[in-house]
Amino acid sequence: MLNEIGHYALVLALGVSLVQALVPLAGLRLGDLRLMAVGSSAAVAAFLLVALAFAALTVAYVRSDFSVLNVFENSHSAKPLIYKISGVWGNHEGSVLLWILILTLFGLLVATLGRNIAASLRAATVAVQGVIATAFLLFILVTSNPFARIVPPPFDGQDLNPLLQDIGLAIHPPLLYLGYVGFSIVFAFAVAALIEGRIDAAWARWVRPWTLLSWIFLTLGIAMGSYWAYYELGWGGWWFWDPVENASFMPWLAGTALLHSAAVMEKRDALKVWTVLLALITFSLSLLGTFLVRSGVLTSVHAFASDPTRGLFILGILAFFIGGSFLLFALRAGSLKAGGAFAPISREGALVLNNVFLTTACVTVLVGTLYPLVLETVTGQKISVGPPFFNMTFIPLMVPLFVAVPFGTLFAWKRGDMAAAAQRLMAGAALALVAGAVSAWLAGRETGLTAALGFTLGTWLVLGAFAEVLYRTASASSLKVRLRRLAGLPRATWGSALGHLGLGLTVLGIVSLAVFETETIADMGPGDTVSIAGYELRLDRASEVVGPNYRDAVAHFSVTRNGRPVTQMAPARRYYPVREMPTTEAAIKTFGLTQLYVTLGEAHEGKVVVRLFHKPLVLLIWIGALVAALGGTLSLCDRRLRIGLPAPARRASSAARGQPASQGEGA
Amino acid sequence: MRVAAVLLLLALVGGGPALAVNPSEQLDDPALEARARDLSKELRCLVCQNQSIDESDADLAKDLRLLVRERLVAGDSDEAVLTYLTDRYGAFVRLRPPVTASTIALWITPIVVTLIALFSAIVYLRGRREGAREGDKLSDEEERALAELMAAREARE
Repeated sequence: MLNEIGHYALVLALGVSLVQALVPLAGLRLGDLRLMAVGSSAAVAAFLLVALAFAALTVAYVRSDFSVLNVFENSHSAKPLIYKISGVWGNHEGSVLLWILILTLFGLLVATLGRNIAASLRAATVAVQGVIATAFLLFILVTSNPFARIVPPPFDGQDLNPLLQDIGLAIHPPLLYLGYVGFSIVFAFAVAALIEGRIDAAWARWVRPWTLLSWIFLTLGIAMGSYWAYYELGWGGWWFWDPVENASFMPWLAGTALLHSAAVMEKRDALKVWTVLLALITFSLSLLGTFLVRSGVLTSVHAFASDPTRGLFILGILAFFIGGSFLLFALRAGSLKAGGAFAPISREGALVLNNVFLTTACVTVLVGTLYPLVLETVTGQKISVGPPFFNMTFIPLMVPLFVAVPFGTLFAWKRGDMAAAAQRLMAGAALALVAGAVSAWLAGRETGLTAALGFTLGTWLVLGAFAEVLYRTASASSLKVRLRRLAGLPRATWGSALGHLGLGLTVLGIVSLAVFETETIADMGPGDTVSIAGYELRLDRASEVVGPNYRDAVAHFSVTRNGRPVTQMAPARRYYPVREMPTTEAAIKTFGLTQLYVTLGEAHEGKVVVRLFHKPLVLLIWIGALVAALGGTLSLCDRRLRIGLPAPARRASSAARGQPASQGEGA
Repeated sequence: MRVAAVLLLLALVGGGPALAVNPSEQLDDPALEARARDLSKELRCLVCQNQSIDESDADLAKDLRLLVRERLVAGDSDEAVLTYLTDRYGAFVRLRPPVTASTIALWITPIVVTLIALFSAIVYLRGRREGAREGDKLSDEEERALAELMAAREARE
């Protein structure tokens, strides 16, 4: 019964979304505020209905209701409860439902939190959200109904793909979708502005918090996915340039560019046309990502579902939104006036350079991802575009960008002083070069060049981030005054510095792993020892552990260093009988930022293949992402950016001081 | 014996080759082995989903790893090994697609796009600078308005 209610709620949500899409637009045309306001109520109703459907599906999973095809195909009564819940979105239908749930959640947020946004802009934005929701509700109802039944219901389910039975599935997709789908708000704002034909700094002020929010979630989602792959797939890689990874990385690159160009637009009223275009591009790339993953057009480690009719449907959605929005852009962009002037050496100029490299990098990833698909479709020729291609094209684009970042942050708006910035960064540059030289010397001839370049750039970015805040308080007379001024810096300034610091830390982690990682592969029997990076691992014994829906064959290692015991490690081979699938469960021990990583391979004649990695500073890769996300959160808390406070910066902050704190909350 | 029983279980669980690069495959000459590892990262496991033969645990990947090592031991250069494998398995095996008529667009696009983007940025920045110069000077009208304001202020004081 609940399943039918869930299904019916989705049908109703489709109707409500149509209302949300059409009525406010009619209101705009007729200049009727009451009709415009209908959109907001419809957005609330759409969210509640989709949430009801989502809850119904979740209940079906928790209860192991195998009369529902989706539950039967992706669950099992013996599966732990947490994976029954996260399993809701561990499949095609459920993950589309999650996508729509988050889409309507954002619709709800913009409809209820955006009270201070001009009524017509808000109406148009809510309406565009309604159009997107309509398209995806049609998609799920027509091609991917999660509530389809099977008669007669089987006794038990087919279980979830073992690789997905992990806490990573509970966190990674919701975070990623919050990021992906959050950009739909930015898209809707851009389309609304084009429909209205009016765009100004206030628009940028409304759009920036949504961009920031989506960017934070996308950053966390990608980092989480990367760490998940790192520990679960069993060979210790953290990024594979897999098409599905690229699908989330492209909106991240475009979104990062958008974050920076929106800053120029907000502060200086320049780069308007470009910012609107980037807003359209970012969500278009999210849609493209959804198409690549959900259509099954790729065969990659992530593609668990495939069905061509779905692919064509999403391709239609993609063509409609990208084509439609770009057409609108082509028609209306001419009416947007260019704003403030500035010298090439200025904060604006630096942010333009940032956009040049980020969008070029994004195009490179796009071409590399789509090229084999297009080539095979057109000529039937099969080629592979893998990590060597991406490393070769992507990294050279990042190098000049990273060199420029600390300069850009020290330039003033309108007109920067190159000589002054260079002087302030002199010490940092010297230290960075020393770090590069030392690491090159440590690395030796073969990887010395990578080490020199990577450590110099990483250190440069980290020190540049410090310079970003320190030089804003350089005139302070005493340490005490300086500390007070540092604390008093706008949160957005701290946010930006933390963002760049995080980038530097990630670069350091990546390079350290690329240069200093060591690996040992050995055939080991009980009592054998093997050494890596100063640690000795002894295979003590093996045991069998029976889990709820799997069984583990565990090898127990004792780890010593210079004869002294350090820790125990227990990697395992896990076997899931329902899916008849083995997985490797790596054992990972963390020492500071460095990790020891052990996996088991094939066993024969009383010996087992053991693969050991020593991964120096590897944690920096993800810590950097966390720091950057924290920076984004700080920026989001900046008074200036609080959703619902569209007044200019000075007035907004003085107003916020005089009013109760609840006024501008909600971001 | 319990340990033996568990190792037997490991063997059963593994069900076959399980990890990339087993010790039995490795070459004794470390320089040659290092070259083999580097080459393996350039080659796709044809039956896998976007994995190199260095990472893959599939039987075919193992065969290819052995083949790479065989060619290296026979004295082939890195390029010769790649050509050997491309001749047998097609361009699909190469993770870094060789530049041919059909992949030239792939390789050229990043360069062309970078140039276009830089060029557009320069044109844009020049335009903004022109504006900056004009913007520095006030128009006659603005000058007059400013003078009025200043005068009014002085009168107040």
